[in-house]
Amino acid sequence: MADASSSTRGDLRIVNVTKSFGDFTAVDDLTLTIPEGSFFALLGPSGCGKTTTLRMIAGLEEPTQGSIHIGSTDITHTRPYQRPVNTVFQNYALFPHLSIYENIAFGLRRRGIKDVNEAVDKVLNLVELPHLAQRKPVQLSGGQQQRIALARAIVNRPALLLLDEPLGALDLKLRRQMQIELKWIQTEVGITFVHVTHDQEEAMTMADTIAVMNEGKVEQMGTPADLYDNPKTAFVANFLGQSNLIEGRIDGNDGDNFVVDVFGQKIKINKSRSHAKDSSVLAGIRPEKIRIHPAGTAMSGNVLTGGVISDASYIGVSTQYQVEMPWKQELMVFEQNDDGVPPLEKGDAVTLSWEPVFTFALDGREDAFAGSEVHADEE
Amino acid sequence: MRVTWWFRKNLIRVYMVLGFTYLFIPVAYTFAFSFNNGGKSNLVWKGFTLGNWQNPCGAPDVCVALGNSIRVGLISTVAATFLGTLIAFALGRHQFKGRSTTNTLIFLPMATPEVVLGASLLAMFLNLGINPGFWPVVIAHVMFCISFVVVTVKARIASLDPRLEQAAMDLYANEFETFRKVTLPLVAPGIAGAALLAFSLSFDDFIITNFNSGTLTTFPKFVYVASARGIPPQANVIGSAMFFLALFIVIAGQLVSRRKAR
Repeated sequence: MADASSSTRGDLRIVNVTKSFGDFTAVDDLTLTIPEGSFFALLGPSGCGKTTTLRMIAGLEEPTQGSIHIGSTDITHTRPYQRPVNTVFQNYALFPHLSIYENIAFGLRRRGIKDVNEAVDKVLNLVELPHLAQRKPVQLSGGQQQRIALARAIVNRPALLLLDEPLGALDLKLRRQMQIELKWIQTEVGITFVHVTHDQEEAMTMADTIAVMNEGKVEQMGTPADLYDNPKTAFVANFLGQSNLIEGRIDGNDGDNFVVDVFGQKIKINKSRSHAKDSSVLAGIRPEKIRIHPAGTAMSGNVLTGGVISDASYIGVSTQYQVEMPWKQELMVFEQNDDGVPPLEKGDAVTLSWEPVFTFALDGREDAFAGSEVHADEE
Repeated sequence: MRVTWWFRKNLIRVYMVLGFTYLFIPVAYTFAFSFNNGGKSNLVWKGFTLGNWQNPCGAPDVCVALGNSIRVGLISTVAATFLGTLIAFALGRHQFKGRSTTNTLIFLPMATPEVVLGASLLAMFLNLGINPGFWPVVIAHVMFCISFVVVTVKARIASLDPRLEQAAMDLYANEFETFRKVTLPLVAPGIAGAALLAFSLSFDDFIITNFNSGTLTTFPKFVYVASARGIPPQANVIGSAMFFLALFIVIAGQLVSRRKAR
């Protein structure tokens, strides 16, 4: 199979890129390196600049400032058809007047390749739809169109494949299946995938590396586990899953840990997980990491006492509790239903505990709700 | 009681039958009288004959007039469709100074009374020293057809997803290839529709043509002039034939687009 451009290969580098539309800055001084061969996700709420970034990589928008490189080649101001980059569009953008076969052959033919048969057949087999070659796009289901859009892009063996919310239009079950399939195809073809999404689960399932974007900037970049277990900002802590963020003050040291005072109770936070600027912190703990017990039970680790269950919802695999603490904050606790003990009930007095290693600390001046409300909107 | 109930159930059907009767009685009348053995005048039914259909050029000059109309129609259609499509793309796809003004101005010829347009075009041609005849008629027809072409094609362009063109560019098609392989094929049904509309407007036009044609006789002008002495049944034959041709094109177009969609 012929490559879209054999000379232009390598890491994608975005250097100090800014994109403004009038007064609005969609992407703000973005610098990012995406290693060759990786599955990279740009994750963020709508309007965070992720799609604009993707369109600049594709050549459909021109940066106001900065430059974009693939390997040693500067592609900042080249036309879309001059780049070794292909896109899977959000609505797939299959050509309605062409057959599936001709849709897939489109890019090959434009590059002057005469014998497209083998390449088209091969990619149709890869997406497991060889029997649909002579159909028109409207005759295909959403999931099939999605795969053809993918086939149409990867048949060109681009240096970079861009996916713009590729699974957004599919139902949940199909989305899950396609997530696994996309990941498999990426490993199979070895092309760099850059995936734009607002769905944190989708990003975490597929990507090796995720960059969380907010208001035109990258908030944090790392592996899914990194971002989830050790978020650096309240936005990341709330946008990726859910977090309890409790105001506190660093009170002392205990080996590798800070001792933090939260409303009169002491908890420990590992220093490597602290992103505090000074003694004022937001102590963070994920709801599923917390153990919940009737008040009075003796427990080790980080312990917070004095909670009262204000709401309990049984959802099968787990029970989700809202626990009101003495300082009037509601904490979320997800308890696996795996111990045969009947769930606690609304009004019960409880003690919360967790392993200190699961705690993270954020700058105490941050908005504890940053990122949580946008998340709720998108779902 | 039962009658009321029947009406309530079938009201929409009754209404439909009445509506179509109203619409198609004139056409049916024209068609029926194309079989009238009426000689020179076709106002009174005098007996059935197939002679008119066997010899549609039988009446003096009717086919000369028809030929003129077809020639004017074809040239005007090609010119108006070409120019109108270019204007539609400019208005539908590009931002430029004066775009919204142009959008408004393009509607004005459709709103101007035809008698006024016809009279002032005649005055203009005479002032320019151009004698009424074939080419002034063509120029006038192109002028009033352009607006309709622009409106029709622009609607089609507006419904075209710009991401399809972006996808083409993303798949290594340069601007020209994108236009030829994606944009044009997708807008083509709109252009074809606009061309049909332009032809029927041109073929049908009497008022503007009458002012600017001089000695040139088009089919509508022939019928109008003939009406003073009696319209020959051959006019009905040609009129009916045009109706069935249009019907055939519409049905064929529907079938083709339905097959394409499948």
